[in-house]
Amino acid sequence: MTLDVNTKAVVKNAYRITKHRGKTALRIRIPGGYLKAKHFDLLKEIAEVYGDGIVHLTTRQGFEISGIDYSSIPKVNSLINPLLQDLEIDIGVIIKDTSNGYPSAGTRNIAACIGNRVCPFANYNTTALAQRIEKEIYPNDYHVKVALTGCPNDCIKSRMNDFGIVGMVEPQYDYQRCIGCEACVKNCKSNVTGALSLHKGKVKRDARRCIGCGECILKCPTAAWTRNPVKFYDILIMGRTGKKNPRIAEEFIQWADEDVVIKVIKNTYRFIDEHIDKTLPKEHIGYIVDRTGYQVFRDKALEDIKLNPEARIAKNIQWGGFRYSSDVFMSDKLQ
Amino acid sequence: MGWKFTNTAFNDLFAGLTEDYIILAPKRFVNRGRFSDTDLIRYDEVKKSDDIIWKEKSTFSPKEAVFPVTQTLFYFTEEAFREPQPEEKQYLVFLRPCDINGIRRPDTINLKNGPEPDSYYANLRKRVRFVMIECTESFDNCFCVSMKSNITSDYDMAVRLTDDKVLLEIKNDDFLRYIRSDIPKIEFRPEFVLENKIKVNVPEVDEMPAGVYEHEMWNEYKSRCIACGRCNTTCVTCTCHTTNDIFYDDNSLAGERRRTWASCHVDGFTDMAGGISFRKDNGSRMRFKVLHKIYDYRKRFGEHMCVGCGRCDDNCPEYISYSGCINTLNKVIRETVS
Repeated sequence: MTLDVNTKAVVKNAYRITKHRGKTALRIRIPGGYLKAKHFDLLKEIAEVYGDGIVHLTTRQGFEISGIDYSSIPKVNSLINPLLQDLEIDIGVIIKDTSNGYPSAGTRNIAACIGNRVCPFANYNTTALAQRIEKEIYPNDYHVKVALTGCPNDCIKSRMNDFGIVGMVEPQYDYQRCIGCEACVKNCKSNVTGALSLHKGKVKRDARRCIGCGECILKCPTAAWTRNPVKFYDILIMGRTGKKNPRIAEEFIQWADEDVVIKVIKNTYRFIDEHIDKTLPKEHIGYIVDRTGYQVFRDKALEDIKLNPEARIAKNIQWGGFRYSSDVFMSDKLQ
Repeated sequence: MGWKFTNTAFNDLFAGLTEDYIILAPKRFVNRGRFSDTDLIRYDEVKKSDDIIWKEKSTFSPKEAVFPVTQTLFYFTEEAFREPQPEEKQYLVFLRPCDINGIRRPDTINLKNGPEPDSYYANLRKRVRFVMIECTESFDNCFCVSMKSNITSDYDMAVRLTDDKVLLEIKNDDFLRYIRSDIPKIEFRPEFVLENKIKVNVPEVDEMPAGVYEHEMWNEYKSRCIACGRCNTTCVTCTCHTTNDIFYDDNSLAGERRRTWASCHVDGFTDMAGGISFRKDNGSRMRFKVLHKIYDYRKRFGEHMCVGCGRCDDNCPEYISYSGCINTLNKVIRETVS
């Protein structure tokens, strides 16, 4: 029988329309990139029995299993049930019908660096926050990319995402415990923003320059610098790749607490509801904000939110980025 | 003489003690550790026994009680100077045998090294009393037995903690008045750890063979050591400090003389007038420290400086093992001598 495939339904089900007619590929969603090793058995089985034996590691920390027949989709969907259970339902995501695979694929997998479970630089547990955000925003058809990174090193490249959540720590200084060794000062100067300076054998911190990376705490040999136990986040918005205007995300709210992060992301979905161009098959959040302007986005994103007192909001954002339309710097020669 | 307390009764004892003493003990600072979601354990004031961390080694040593990281010696104006007024209360420090033996080193350096005792140290030190925490099991990296610092009798009280009771020995009768009459008396003598997992062979030589100073064993530390100074700041026996006169920003005619810990591993330790400095590479800093801890000091004062608390090894971010270095040194010396 000739294949009769509803591509819209297939794509929403997290399967790709591939270049090979008759073959699809399944994207496994792994919030925060946190996967128990036991699931490899299942991935291997699906790839070898129903796919072409290959598992591709996606840029968003998922797995893409290719070479699957469209006719195998129901069978594969039933097989991935343990993944849905463990990676989605058990962390609080509501999926009504667990036998039919992924309920949506628009909101992409939440990627995260390994975070403070392992990394000494990370300022928070990126896995836990990824799972909390996943619970709040998935399943959803809107095309939104969220990435979480433990510190401003930004190993996950969260600045290429619609939302980059960067861990910040407020270093708190105990004047009496400081020996003026300058380990923090030298490091901040050479590796970070130079927010620290030595003054009469002790250290001064320029709060406006401090980006909350926490390296001073790591370097301090006397625990004169310690962590404020309250965790803070830098919310970066509207970075993207793409064919029109790739750009890095810019700071929206510095020193936000975790509840603010969650509420801003949830409000963003309401903003999309109000402003998305419904005549298009899909529209990325960043381009919607380009149309409405930052201020309209900001007001909606902050609606009904009580900001923590430490939070600082961007008055304006001027995204730069690259514009393919501009060829003034290119030579005249065309192929 | 000993007493047996319930945990509640022992907390009550603290209520009485805190009237006259500032009690210093290992305390947990939740989520204030170096890494995110880790705790810091260091000495600080506690108000009740439940605040004391009994079962983990503190990152920093109790020497902070007698030798603060930063100490203002006196304040000065144009025509006068004045020492800060001491606390009215005395200090009661809860610490393990190695640390009690450890504080004897700052005592020696500050009180017996030279014709005059250091009065600033002496004034603080004479107001410090010890409560020994019984320690019968080693933590990781402990080698107190090798350094003969596992046993002490230099304490006013000693305490043993079990799951449901606290045993207290009182050697100084001044403390008897804090014991409620309903607390049962028992026989209690604290025990001491007699064996560690880590054993260190300390070279016992009267004169260090000259070849040791230039030996290649120090070379690996040139690149491995990052000169952060944690081995010094966590050490119970390091006493090096630097003294500065600070002139206040708002009035440069007033200020204070202050001393602050220094570290022989950190840049600037040997800086002298004329831009001279010594031990520029970190390998020679390691050599200097190690030989001071287990050779120079003993030559002068008759016992090793190091007490084997192992905090340097606990805290080195580069996993440099000081105890391992001593064992290597011991081998090198044997080879050099033979």
